[in-house]
Amino acid sequence: MIRSIEFYIDMIFVTAKVWILDLLSRFLPDWMVVFASIVISSVVILCLGPVIMMYLTLLERKLIGRIQNRYGPNRVGKWGLLQPIADGIKMFTKEDIVPANADKIVHLLAPIVIVVPALMVFLVVPFGERMTAVNLNIGLLYFIAVSSVTVLPIFMGSWASRNKYSLLGGMRTAAQMISYEIPMTLAVVPAIMMSQSLSTNTIVLAQVGDYDLHWFIFTPWGIVGFIVFFLCATAECNRPPFDLPEAESELVAGFHTEYSGMKFALFYMAEYMNTFTLCGIAATLFLGGWQGPFLPSWLWFFGKTFVLICVMIWFRGTFPRFRVDHLMGFAWKFLLPLTLVNILLTALWQFTSDLEAWFWSILVLGISLWILVKLNRTFVPEKRKYLLVD
Amino acid sequence: MTVFGWGVFKGMLVTLKNFATSYFRKPDEGGIFTVQYPEEREKTIENFRNFPFLVYDETPEKIRCVACGICERECPPKCIHIEMETDTAGKPARRPAVFDIDYGLCMNCGMCEEVCPFDSIFMDHAFEVTAVPISTNLNKTVLDQKKTKVSAERAEGLVRHKEKLLKSNEYFREIRPALASAIDQKRKAAEEKKRAIPPLRHNASDGPVLGRESTGGQAQPSATQEPK
Repeated sequence: MIRSIEFYIDMIFVTAKVWILDLLSRFLPDWMVVFASIVISSVVILCLGPVIMMYLTLLERKLIGRIQNRYGPNRVGKWGLLQPIADGIKMFTKEDIVPANADKIVHLLAPIVIVVPALMVFLVVPFGERMTAVNLNIGLLYFIAVSSVTVLPIFMGSWASRNKYSLLGGMRTAAQMISYEIPMTLAVVPAIMMSQSLSTNTIVLAQVGDYDLHWFIFTPWGIVGFIVFFLCATAECNRPPFDLPEAESELVAGFHTEYSGMKFALFYMAEYMNTFTLCGIAATLFLGGWQGPFLPSWLWFFGKTFVLICVMIWFRGTFPRFRVDHLMGFAWKFLLPLTLVNILLTALWQFTSDLEAWFWSILVLGISLWILVKLNRTFVPEKRKYLLVD
Repeated sequence: MTVFGWGVFKGMLVTLKNFATSYFRKPDEGGIFTVQYPEEREKTIENFRNFPFLVYDETPEKIRCVACGICERECPPKCIHIEMETDTAGKPARRPAVFDIDYGLCMNCGMCEEVCPFDSIFMDHAFEVTAVPISTNLNKTVLDQKKTKVSAERAEGLVRHKEKLLKSNEYFREIRPALASAIDQKRKAAEEKKRAIPPLRHNASDGPVLGRESTGGQAQPSATQEPK
């Protein structure tokens, strides 16, 4: 069988795994080979997650630095490439402080529990062609369900710390993350409707076009869904401008005020891994996942994901923090109706022909956006006039 | 009419522009203006002043200071300590035997430079001043006596003695060229003036150092004060 070199580069990781399993199957029973396959996939994911997290911190600090006319870390190693390792060593050697009145078990559990869903969602992310760790037929549902668990450990940590700032941060997290989960889930619905599947692999395959770009983002419902999903993803992983749970200027450090050393690092790790997976899923759902010409599929996936992450970092470098009521209002009064309209748009797109569909989509979208903007106008009370008594 | 959300894009464009231009713009045009300190240094301006040092002319023996003690008296935090050298007969030699400045106490005011009539003490450009404690191993016994011993060591570490304070006139010319050349000219003019009529004003001539040794009297700087 003769195949092009691109194919082999594309399949390099898949081939490597198959080769290892082939080797093992010569002197191991069948059930052990299955077990080995699971172990290989999970080890790769367990290594990938933290490594990605470490270098995301470096990327973030570099980009933010450039935005603010600074260099960012450039001392440890060439271009500061060893900075994450130095940070890791620092975190490991820090003293672990537990407040005297804290609920010690829950305080310990929270940072451990938060990493679990962050790593679990890696299972259904399609890193490349045939590179989904588990091709679940309910992949997207699994992703949404597992990633929404994140709110629990954050609240655990904030409650167990017995600190008012932690608790306030935890309350905000609960409010924010639960609110933003609703538009996020609804924003995903059009993609599910059009691909008629919950499996992330099938959703990517539904976006395959011959030579034209058939990605979902190039449709009116796709772009609205993508923008809503991306904004909600930013809010879900508590990144600026939605970083109210850890607002430095108001709440010291929010829910992780009372955490130090490795426990603190675990919170950070979960946050950055969530950033990565959410961007990965956004790329999968709307940007065609691992598809793309010339380059190997996994490179396309990581490229798209990192572009999205850079946009998130760009957000952080640009926007000030939301006010609490604006934050909630944005989710409930703007994003939620918009996603509902978007689902309607998808149905319109499905049942009308090409040009007509564009016309109706833009019309409906324009009218609904106009109405939403008008309705969402913030109420500004008239300036009071105080009459001076003579 | 403004489009909803337009401000968001405008804000993002600003940061994007900053990000992109940080790679190629020069510091004064809006690029990165960080100075990578240990490798790069900003050029120190001439009037930058830090800790005082003593100027000698050709060799460290030809020290300009005559141990008059004016700076010692004028120093607000009293960080200068001077003792005059005496010869075997007990006669004052008009040069310092001891000249200590406690950099730990000095507040960099520059009074000593201003009051010195002999153009001897000036403020330096060196700002990387460190104290080296005599014993660096802080074991338990040392920590027990922390209050007395360690602080004493640290205080001693920042005291600069005469040998360390002495710096050549060339160095002075290098760091503060304008002031140094002006002072050099004045000193030269004063010397020539003095050489023109030396025997009339001063009878005693017992080995003058820079022609100043012969003035007699202990704190009588009038002869050399006129050039300043």
